[in-house]
Amino acid sequence: MSRKVWLYGLLCLLCVPFVFPTWWMVTSSMKPISEIFSESLLPREWTFSTYETVFRMQPFGQQYWNSLYIAVVVTVGTMAVAALAGYAFARIRFPGQNVLFVVVLTGLLIPSEVTIVPLFQMFQSLGMTNTHWPLIIVPIFGAPCVLAIFIMRQFFIALPPELEEAARMDGLGRAGIFYRIALPLSRPALGAVAIFTFLHSWNLYLEPIVYLSTPDMFTLPQALTQFVDIYGGPMWNVQLAAATMTAVPILIVFVVAQRQFIEGLAHTGVKG
Amino acid sequence: MTFWTCRRRDNLIGYLFVAPALLGSLAFVLIPLAMVGWYSLNEWNVLGGTFEFIGGENYKQLLNDEKLRDSLVATAWFAAGLVVLNLSLALLLAVLLNQKLRGTTLFRTLFFSPVLVSLVAWTLVWQLMLQPEGSVNGLLGVFGVDGPNWLRGDTTAMVSVIVVQVIKNVGLNMVLFLAALQGVPAPLYEAAKIDGAGAWRRFRSITIPLISPTILLTSIITIVGSLQVFAQIAVLTQGGPGTSTTVLIYYLYQQAFQFHHFGYGATISVLLFVIVAALTLLQWQMRRKWVLHES
Repeated sequence: MSRKVWLYGLLCLLCVPFVFPTWWMVTSSMKPISEIFSESLLPREWTFSTYETVFRMQPFGQQYWNSLYIAVVVTVGTMAVAALAGYAFARIRFPGQNVLFVVVLTGLLIPSEVTIVPLFQMFQSLGMTNTHWPLIIVPIFGAPCVLAIFIMRQFFIALPPELEEAARMDGLGRAGIFYRIALPLSRPALGAVAIFTFLHSWNLYLEPIVYLSTPDMFTLPQALTQFVDIYGGPMWNVQLAAATMTAVPILIVFVVAQRQFIEGLAHTGVKG
Repeated sequence: MTFWTCRRRDNLIGYLFVAPALLGSLAFVLIPLAMVGWYSLNEWNVLGGTFEFIGGENYKQLLNDEKLRDSLVATAWFAAGLVVLNLSLALLLAVLLNQKLRGTTLFRTLFFSPVLVSLVAWTLVWQLMLQPEGSVNGLLGVFGVDGPNWLRGDTTAMVSVIVVQVIKNVGLNMVLFLAALQGVPAPLYEAAKIDGAGAWRRFRSITIPLISPTILLTSIITIVGSLQVFAQIAVLTQGGPGTSTTVLIYYLYQQAFQFHHFGYGATISVLLFVIVAALTLLQWQMRRKWVLHES
């Protein structure tokens, strides 16, 4: 009995640094600036004008849309590229397969930050700076996709081949087997790939500040740092109002779907 | 359909399936890597519009650059602190959550939740909390401790960025450890208990060896990840005070995109690449040698 009390006590204590920042973010966003350093857990005087200020200072709706659509396109694109390549490397035998796999895997050794200078140069010469192209195509086809390919390959290797052989007997071609049999079965792995790809894109910071230069093109992480007064000091409560709008929708989705989230990730981790 | 047409069609489909990934790797990974190597042999100032072949001069500069030395030290501290703190906390949380206890799902959700809070949002709220009059010092004040100005002292700034990063992402490693712990067969513990092994002994001699593949996996992810931490540094400390939190990637950003020294920036990229590649290969090597029971 007393062991249980100790365990609960310890867990509650350990929870504080994990839960308190989110609580503080949400509540401080509704405090007037005079209260921002007060110790009270709830605002004494509630204000929602910070939320209006967010939209007045930045094209925040546009920026929200930018982040959202980029993350969705990157996620779908990565799933497609990774599933195709992962399947082929796991299941199809073709000449040069191993060499090609090693070529792709080198991406694991070369994080996209290493190549930011030439990539910037490349996109600049194509006239694509201050567009969203670099934030979309590099993650889908470049280094960030490699881990996804690896995870999909590991998944398809572990998949029993009998299912596909049966389908082949029934006259289904290779592409049909992939699309109708293997792909639907790979949902857990695809789910995990989708989650971490979405989060990776949603949190991207170095690339946007390198490539994007006008507020209407900004993504959320970059926009969040723009809420400063004319002296460059942070407008805490406005910043946190914007931060709350960025963080809370994702948290809600997570709480609703948390079982799939966590178990999907754990599953992939063990396999990968 | 004969065997050979079937075979040839399979080849074709194989190439088609890997083509997007392969072309992407060439265009966005390998060719840029070669370009990084070439740029590093040139003096290239974007503002000045100069581009001139200088051979190994940038590398000579690299060797004599005190800021770079500081930056390597900061990177090593950051990576070491992060890995040690992250893995031990993740393991502790996983062990606690693996007890037979009601409500562990709730706690798991709470510990995991920062992973999903957008990175810069998380960093901004910590920036507020770490101000001299912020809530971290407020809490310390309750215990009679006069807290420092966290982000303005050399050591405290480094501690701050490490802790902020650990709490943000430890949930990921926790989940991986939890899955690994649940894979340890219960009879082993019972047998050890009968043999008179205490809790710590069971943990050290059964749990740790059996989850060693996960320990290795998480340490790879965490170390390589620590070399890519940029946003937190850029928002919390801008590499300061002085150069105390200027990790390599932040120094690279400063040189290339703030001072517009693309050539020297590329040289730092080469160094970053060598470090990441060496660490990854080393850990893969260790995986073969040391890790027990890998299926």
